Amino acid sequence: MSGSVIPTARRLLASRLFLTLCLAATTIAILLLGALLVSIAIEGLGSLSWRFLDSFASRKAAQAGIKAPLLGSVWVCAICALIAVPMGIGTAIYLEEFAKRSRIKRLIQLNVSNLSGVPSIVYGILALAAFVRFFGMGSGDEPWTLGNPESFWYLQCPLGPSVLAGGFTLALVILPIMIIASQEALRAVPQSLRQGALALGSTRWQVVRLVTLPAAMPTIMTGAILAMSRAIGEAAPLLVIGGFLLVFQTPTNLMSDFTVLPLQIFNWAGRPQEDFHKLAAAAIIVQLVVLVAFNSIAIVIRQKLQRPLQS
Amino acid sequence: MTSFAARSAGEIAQRGRPHSPLRRRWSEKTIRAILFLLTLLTVVTTVAIITVLATETYGFFTLAGHPEISLWGFFTGEEWSPLLGAEPMFGVLPLVCGTLLVTAIAGVFALPIGLLTAVYLSEYAAPRTRTILKAALEILAGVPTVVYGFFALTFITPYLLQPLSSGFGAYNAMSAGIAVGIMILPIVCSLSEDALRAVPQSLRDGAYALGSTKFDVSAKVVVPAGLSGVIAAFLLALTRAIGETMIVALAAGGLAQMTANPAAQVQTMTAYMVQIFLGDAPAAGIEYKSSYAVAFTLFLITFALTWTGAIVLKRYREEYE
Repeated sequence: MSGSVIPTARRLLASRLFLTLCLAATTIAILLLGALLVSIAIEGLGSLSWRFLDSFASRKAAQAGIKAPLLGSVWVCAICALIAVPMGIGTAIYLEEFAKRSRIKRLIQLNVSNLSGVPSIVYGILALAAFVRFFGMGSGDEPWTLGNPESFWYLQCPLGPSVLAGGFTLALVILPIMIIASQEALRAVPQSLRQGALALGSTRWQVVRLVTLPAAMPTIMTGAILAMSRAIGEAAPLLVIGGFLLVFQTPTNLMSDFTVLPLQIFNWAGRPQEDFHKLAAAAIIVQLVVLVAFNSIAIVIRQKLQRPLQS
Repeated sequence: MTSFAARSAGEIAQRGRPHSPLRRRWSEKTIRAILFLLTLLTVVTTVAIITVLATETYGFFTLAGHPEISLWGFFTGEEWSPLLGAEPMFGVLPLVCGTLLVTAIAGVFALPIGLLTAVYLSEYAAPRTRTILKAALEILAGVPTVVYGFFALTFITPYLLQPLSSGFGAYNAMSAGIAVGIMILPIVCSLSEDALRAVPQSLRDGAYALGSTKFDVSAKVVVPAGLSGVIAAFLLALTRAIGETMIVALAAGGLAQMTANPAAQVQTMTAYMVQIFLGDAPAAGIEYKSSYAVAFTLFLITFALTWTGAIVLKRYREEYE
């Protein structure tokens, strides 16, 4: 900005160079994404088949499949969603719509953003102590049980490395993300809508139930889907609670052993044989297809349902 | 407008009709209490994490029969060999060093590229290009980290690094660092872009009116104005890099050593925990307990970084209205 008012040739050149630099950076980012997708497609497409989706793990690469991890992922993520989504929305509602400005609210808010920065493997350690072992209570004795193993809601305590414990673990990981996304969605609802409803004599909860929550729902759901796509890909905390298990059956109840797709990928990718790398790549393709499907749903929701609300 | 307001008013009055003032007040209080309890759970989570880590770490330092373990020795020891040899050594510095090396490589790679991409998206790109690029970044952000680990192991090392130098083995810090960099790139990019877009248009217009080129506006006005947000984005991304587990467990190797050589194998704090929890050590043994001390160290480091980020955002944020 110094010098003459009219840009000199030199400054224009600097401007050009800068644009080139920015474009180069963007191109690198895109190229990397391309290289990632292409290299995995080349390596994995050959192993992808119906048999691969419908077989259990095996020591022989030619017979191994992902039936158990695929269904394990479905169970664990369903449990995770059922827990984390309502809890995240509830917490966000309290923080945005009920809590008064106070030190306590500020602390809770700071705590939520801190939780979102905690490495997922640390959540695994908490889950191992709290859910899997129940803080050492009842260890050595027979676990306390409820229901019989035939019913899907069969429970025992401590939970052990079961699908229910896995779902709880992932819920811990994504809860802060879910809270922050829901809070942002609620904050985007114009204040005038709340004031209007309050002026008509609604209580706080009626305002939330009838005005703010419906208005914020599309954005909240987009956030929920993005949070769930994080949960689908998590491996580290589940590795802490159960290690890698070779599972030869699909989950039948909440206490079943399980493994998930990312853990199976980790196991295959860590082996030296090239054949297993091919299997890992094929499993990654399945994982990415699920992911893209999830993201597309999020995009559709965002574009179709999001009516612009203006104050 | 009137009819809309009247209809909504009627609707609200009808659907939200109170049964009686008393019952209404009661249900309102119940719901409020339930939501408050949910919110308290987040605090309980933090307390529980700290309690579990602290008690298990205390158990590690006071384990009977291991007088060689001390707090001082743990934080200053330069050798970490819990599973090797007759006399295991517990000095956490090699693991911290490994983590920092991988994080530094990731940062050198991802921070400039992420910021430049953010500048491009916010200042240069046409709306259509921007939408497409943002979608690509969103995909990148959703890719599970184990996939990046696989990419590092089967693409970055054999096709990018080994042709450059024969010093790179199958496992090295460089490939893990680059893969972690790719992982944090979308975070750097989208958060920095939010910060840059929040800079008011009037600042740009003012600079143009003074005869600035686009470069002047971007680099001397917009980026400095959004700097607090950009730095917060950097810190958040580095926090994620430090806590990243699956990439380093796959690609960085398993040898804990103090080195700054990117071609060398390193073990990070998270990779050590994976090694232990995968079942390399008996559950009651000293090695197993040591993973909690490592986890606590990791937790404290990320906690400090997140805290710093929050302070930067709060203290140095420039408010424009």
